[in-house]
Amino acid sequence: MADNPIEQFGIHPIAEFSVAGYDASFTNASLAMVGGAVLAAWFFNWAMKPAAMVPNRAQVVAEGAYGFIHGMLKDAAGTEGVKKFLPFVFTLFLFIFMANMLGMFPGVFGVHHIFTPTSQIVVTAALAMMVFLTVIVVGFAKNGLKFFKLFAPSGVPWYLLLIVTPIEIISFFSRPLSHAVRLWANILAGHILLKVFAGFVPALIAAGGFYGLLSVLPLAMTVMLYGLEFLVAFLQAYVFAILTCIYLNDALHPGH
Amino acid sequence: MDATAAAYIGAGLACLGMLGAAIGVGIIFGNFLQGAMRNPSAAPGQFGNLIFGFAVTEALGIFSLLIAILLLFVVPK
Repeated sequence: MADNPIEQFGIHPIAEFSVAGYDASFTNASLAMVGGAVLAAWFFNWAMKPAAMVPNRAQVVAEGAYGFIHGMLKDAAGTEGVKKFLPFVFTLFLFIFMANMLGMFPGVFGVHHIFTPTSQIVVTAALAMMVFLTVIVVGFAKNGLKFFKLFAPSGVPWYLLLIVTPIEIISFFSRPLSHAVRLWANILAGHILLKVFAGFVPALIAAGGFYGLLSVLPLAMTVMLYGLEFLVAFLQAYVFAILTCIYLNDALHPGH
Repeated sequence: MDATAAAYIGAGLACLGMLGAAIGVGIIFGNFLQGAMRNPSAAPGQFGNLIFGFAVTEALGIFSLLIAILLLFVVPK
């Protein structure tokens, strides 16, 4: 019985090889990421193939997802943001959403569960750094030195700027940290919680007699927590995407 | 006190930081509901703001969880 709640995050190579001395094996994490990306790309291709005026069910889902992200980006960053960043934000959202959702598949009777890539901070940190660097590069390319207005909000008297500017700088540089850690810690904590509660069931059954009957309680709790984790899986993908929109808006329109 | 015990006590103390995040998230959703009950037609338009406030508040609780995890699994004992 594998009841170590951390064991589910183990990375196992599927095809081992190395590039220039670095371990570049294709692992279960890579498989989950590639699988999620391919599945999303395939679904959207397949659903939009008819491109009918009156959409079928799959096309409604695809168009709904597109419209959802489009509206979110438009609210946060305006039409200019939509024109420049819709593919980026939509890809980011879908990638995280697929990774979270596929990771919800449990392991059954020895079949190994699907790895959740977003439970590794290296994955979420790479995504957050990508957003952070995009903001800096686009911000300087579009606004030049005016990008520094980001740290000096307009309408603030100069003596307050002495306090506000350092706070703005610290908050700007802590963004990628909180961006990465939020997604990672939510998924990690959720999966550990599920495993801990699920672990109570065999432990109570093994205790025997009356305790065996009590095992229904943690089982019910696990089912309810699973529902909650599906909500978290969607919500964290949404939160990551909406924060990306807000940060990109800063790059396009610094100085609020 | 040896280092392992100190790390475990520290991890427990770090989790107290989640208390603040819990209060903050409660305030956000409570106030959103209050506003939404007063003017239900304006509520859907503020969903993005709600989630943004929730995410920013929750981040601080997540930081304390991060400290706890670092103390439990990363600090050499």
